[in-house]
Amino acid sequence: MQKLYLLVPLAPLAGALIAGLLGWMIGRRASHWVTITGMVVCLVASFLVYQDVMRGNVFNGPIYTWLVSGNIRFELGFLIDPLSATMMMVVSFVSLMVHIYTIGYMADDPGYQRFFSYISLFTFSMLMLVMSNNFLQLFFGWEAVGLVSYLLIGFWYTRPTAIYANLKAFLVNRVGDFGFLLGIALVLMYFGSLDYAAVFANAGRLADNTVELFPGVSWSLMTVICILLFIGAMGKSAQFPLHVWLPDSMEGPTPISALIHAATMVTAGIFMVARMSPLFELSETALSFVLVIGAITAFFMALIATVQYDIKRVVAYSTLSQLGYMTMALGASAYSAAIFHLFTHAFFKAVLFLGAGSVIIAMHHQQDMRKMGGLAKYMPITYMTMLIGALANAGLPPFAGFFSKDTIIEAIHHATVPGTGFAFVLAVAGVFVGGFYSFRLMFYTFHGKERFADPHDPDARAADADAKAAAQHDDHAHDDHGHDSHSHAPHESPAVVWVPLVLLAIPSVCAGWFIGTIVYGNYFGSSIMVSPAHPALAVLTQDFPGVMGMMEHALATQPFWLAVAGAGTAWFIYIVRPELPGILRRKWGVLVTILMEKYGFDRFNDWFFAGGARALGTGLWKGGDVAVIDNVMVNGSARLVGWFAAVVRHVQSGYIYHYAFAMIIGVLLLLTLAFIG
Amino acid sequence: MQGLPLLSLAIWAPIIAGVAVLFTGSDRNAQAARVIALVGAVIGFAVTIPLYTGFNLQQGGFQFIEMRPWIGAFNVNYHLGIDGISLLLILLNSLTTVLVVIAGWDIIKSRVSQYMAAFLVLSGLMNGVFSALDALLFYVFFEATLIPMFIIIGVWGGPNRVYAAMKFFLYTLMGSLLSLVALIYLYNVAGGTFAFLDLYEIPLPLFVQVLVFIAFFMAFAVKVPMWPVHTWLPDAHVEAPTGGSVVLAAIMLKLGGYGFLRLSLPIVPDASIYLAPVVIALSLIAVVYIGLVALVQTDMKKLIAYSSISHMGFVTLGIFIFNAQGVEGAVIQMISHGFISGAMFLCVGVLYDRMHTRQIADYGGVANRMPVFAALFMLFAMANAGLPGTSGFVGEFLVIMGAVKVNFWYAFAAAITLIFGAAYTLWMYKRVVFGAVANAEVGALKDINAREFLVLGVLAALVLVMGIWPQPFAEVLHTSVNELLAHVSYSKLPAQ
Repeated sequence: MQKLYLLVPLAPLAGALIAGLLGWMIGRRASHWVTITGMVVCLVASFLVYQDVMRGNVFNGPIYTWLVSGNIRFELGFLIDPLSATMMMVVSFVSLMVHIYTIGYMADDPGYQRFFSYISLFTFSMLMLVMSNNFLQLFFGWEAVGLVSYLLIGFWYTRPTAIYANLKAFLVNRVGDFGFLLGIALVLMYFGSLDYAAVFANAGRLADNTVELFPGVSWSLMTVICILLFIGAMGKSAQFPLHVWLPDSMEGPTPISALIHAATMVTAGIFMVARMSPLFELSETALSFVLVIGAITAFFMALIATVQYDIKRVVAYSTLSQLGYMTMALGASAYSAAIFHLFTHAFFKAVLFLGAGSVIIAMHHQQDMRKMGGLAKYMPITYMTMLIGALANAGLPPFAGFFSKDTIIEAIHHATVPGTGFAFVLAVAGVFVGGFYSFRLMFYTFHGKERFADPHDPDARAADADAKAAAQHDDHAHDDHGHDSHSHAPHESPAVVWVPLVLLAIPSVCAGWFIGTIVYGNYFGSSIMVSPAHPALAVLTQDFPGVMGMMEHALATQPFWLAVAGAGTAWFIYIVRPELPGILRRKWGVLVTILMEKYGFDRFNDWFFAGGARALGTGLWKGGDVAVIDNVMVNGSARLVGWFAAVVRHVQSGYIYHYAFAMIIGVLLLLTLAFIG
Repeated sequence: MQGLPLLSLAIWAPIIAGVAVLFTGSDRNAQAARVIALVGAVIGFAVTIPLYTGFNLQQGGFQFIEMRPWIGAFNVNYHLGIDGISLLLILLNSLTTVLVVIAGWDIIKSRVSQYMAAFLVLSGLMNGVFSALDALLFYVFFEATLIPMFIIIGVWGGPNRVYAAMKFFLYTLMGSLLSLVALIYLYNVAGGTFAFLDLYEIPLPLFVQVLVFIAFFMAFAVKVPMWPVHTWLPDAHVEAPTGGSVVLAAIMLKLGGYGFLRLSLPIVPDASIYLAPVVIALSLIAVVYIGLVALVQTDMKKLIAYSSISHMGFVTLGIFIFNAQGVEGAVIQMISHGFISGAMFLCVGVLYDRMHTRQIADYGGVANRMPVFAALFMLFAMANAGLPGTSGFVGEFLVIMGAVKVNFWYAFAAAITLIFGAAYTLWMYKRVVFGAVANAEVGALKDINAREFLVLGVLAALVLVMGIWPQPFAEVLHTSVNELLAHVSYSKLPAQ
């Protein structure tokens, strides 16, 4: 079995290396075959491991010793338990689907081999992250997925927007990692080890420790560690206020938006906090912090989704919002619900992204929904699968998202940490917004007038005007997106594109039905720990009425009706009264502007952090290095230098060069000869 | 193998080869000069390999000892020996010399023999610094390294080379003169010996220790270089030829870090502890302040030079937190920085050889024309940003892990490099390599040739191996570092 564990990450790594290093030699077809073969091996091995784990065989052991320093051994190793096995299944399954889909999506791209190499490398990194049994390897995987994300956002490296977005993504993630690494440092300092098992075993013993980071102010050690670790999660899982990189990451090709920026990598933060549940359970403050951050992200990011026109950005903001729900679940100590939402979300969000990609192919790389409309009859499979995705995303029964989202809301309802009331209100309100933006996307894209055929449609013209303004404004390189209207009718995408869509749509329907086992059964066993002081999920478990019962029960609760109301509002505004959006936009101008400006975070960050750092750097350089140190201190001896330079100008003639050598050798010889006797 | 004086070979083989190269004379025999230089450099590297394979991990103290009287009247000895710290630096130095000779192969066209000779002699002298166990011998080697580097910058440098060479020379010479005074004082106190092992044992009152520490500090802080005595480095790098920048960054800066470990800590431990907060503060200023300065540089070489200073801040920070993670992290950081900064300067050299400009603004879209180069440069840029899986991570990680034990805020300030390091490196990379082809010159670029690929490929492999499996590098350090820390923890203040 241990060899099988190794096979899981190494098969994609081998594919990545072959496609990446030899891709130029073996060509396009061989490159996608070798990586897909690697992924199939990986998926089969993951499945065998999963079955084995479900039979109760948990593994925890080292692979090799990375480094020994002082009395600390840093070892890489695997912890294979229900939590990691579930993640392995999700990662390898979605990744395989995305690999297949890529054959169609990237068919004409000159960077074909490089792309396959990157996504396989990503899969390797992500698997190392989830399979880790220690903080060091976790950090390795953590940064490695960040690297691949950087490479893939900037995949089309000639586009200014793409290379701006990837640098931004990397740096914002680094801000999170800064906290994460300090958290790891404190763990090592107090526990003397970075192995999960050793740390978790001793966590209780250190629960009452306090640290004084500022003289006279003492904080609970666990609170400090957990908040620092969570800052890392805020970067990777794009939680407010470190969420700013995720919408821009849509500059990357769509398959990776599905794989990395929706289904897997961005959920690493959620996974990490669930993994650290024995630590987080010891700090009410940290849990409360997690809950509030999640609530803010879930609601306010959903609002932005309601005004976006770019189909991918709608899905991106929806991802932010869903990640907020997962984070809230963590804060409410409903770790298994968070992981369950991660699990269902991986499928339905991959469907939404890959479906969006399918639409984008049909629209010849047009992403503006104002230039779409009425596509349902041209692309029935894409339409049906995306509809399933939207229903799941809105949280309507019996689709997967309903079970996980509803459980999260219920868990928040029963949570006891400070901030629960605030979180509950935002979580429930967010359901309405979720229903609205999901169906706004569906109606805008697939129903109503066929605006792509009519360049004089007011919406389509607005889209053109925006695109032009953007192109003038900051040199947006959307020029290859083709703004001309297309004479021939759009058609369904090829099988390599729609087969993965269908395969992902199936779990988007039925993944939720496993809720009884995964959330309310003892599925995760010892891999997740919940303190008796946080009984939210335990209460729900007692009342769990089964899958059918849950759906029945939902009919009597607010969230269900809010989701329906959201969808209905979208229907009314975009189908029944299509002139309404324009009117509303004018009427609520200020609100819309705030949302279009994304609350001003990007502007502020560009001005304050990026601009501030540059100004400070220039000031220190010109003021410190040049003015004070060089001019005052060093060139105080400037005349001396000048005088020396006059003498040493002969250097160029080579004379002093010879002298210098002669001198050093001569001095050594003379000294030796003179004193040896 | 045991019979051979390996350390002497490591010192003198390159120097003798360097002298032999000089005899090829003018540039008509340039090819002969290159071949002899390469052979000499390879032999110089080959003799250092048995040092690693034959190194005894358990044995404390110094190994491969060689001892001959040199200046009998003053009890000065030609006394060589290495511990794990010097071992790694000698290997790094000898390997770098081979790479520099290859890198300059057909780039240097004037005074080839003298160019090659200067690097070989420099390599031998630096091996001398890393293996000397006699303080005067150490000092002679330490000072002698100035001469070839001064010549390299002054002869093959850029337009402003004389200013830069002089600034380099004066800065470092001024710094080290005081340390000679300190060594002579110690010689007298110790009763007429320069042997390090004897100097380690003499008791000294705190006031004297502080004075000696400051004298040493002047010499080593300039070499590292530490803020605020760092301003010679950007100028020296900008003017130096590529090979000179590589050796300067990869090896010469390490003389400073090595000096702290070999002299300051064991000879004046109480003063080291007493003044550690000052050194740590300067190190953290280097990490943060210099990180910001690096961000706004417009010249690639200057940017990497500032990035070097910032990374070397981790070395001095690690050394002066006096725990195993810190000191081992510092040494590993020195080795890793040798690979990475060397590679970064070589990458800039590759571009400079083609475009004759180092200004970031003159580039853009290099990846379109030089994909292989872009991939390798990406790896080194990520290593420079301290990405796990590359060597750049290991040292910084260990130092941060060590620093947090002493004071959370030390680790906090040091960890800022995670953000700044990525910002200045990747922002430069973005502007130079990514984007559409910026101008006709970039459009005409050719990807790297086999020679350039070889040099960068070797460094890439080392960066990855050290990042994925640093244990072979770290295991030679443990005994030496433990002994060093024992020296530090043992007070030398005379009993009252």
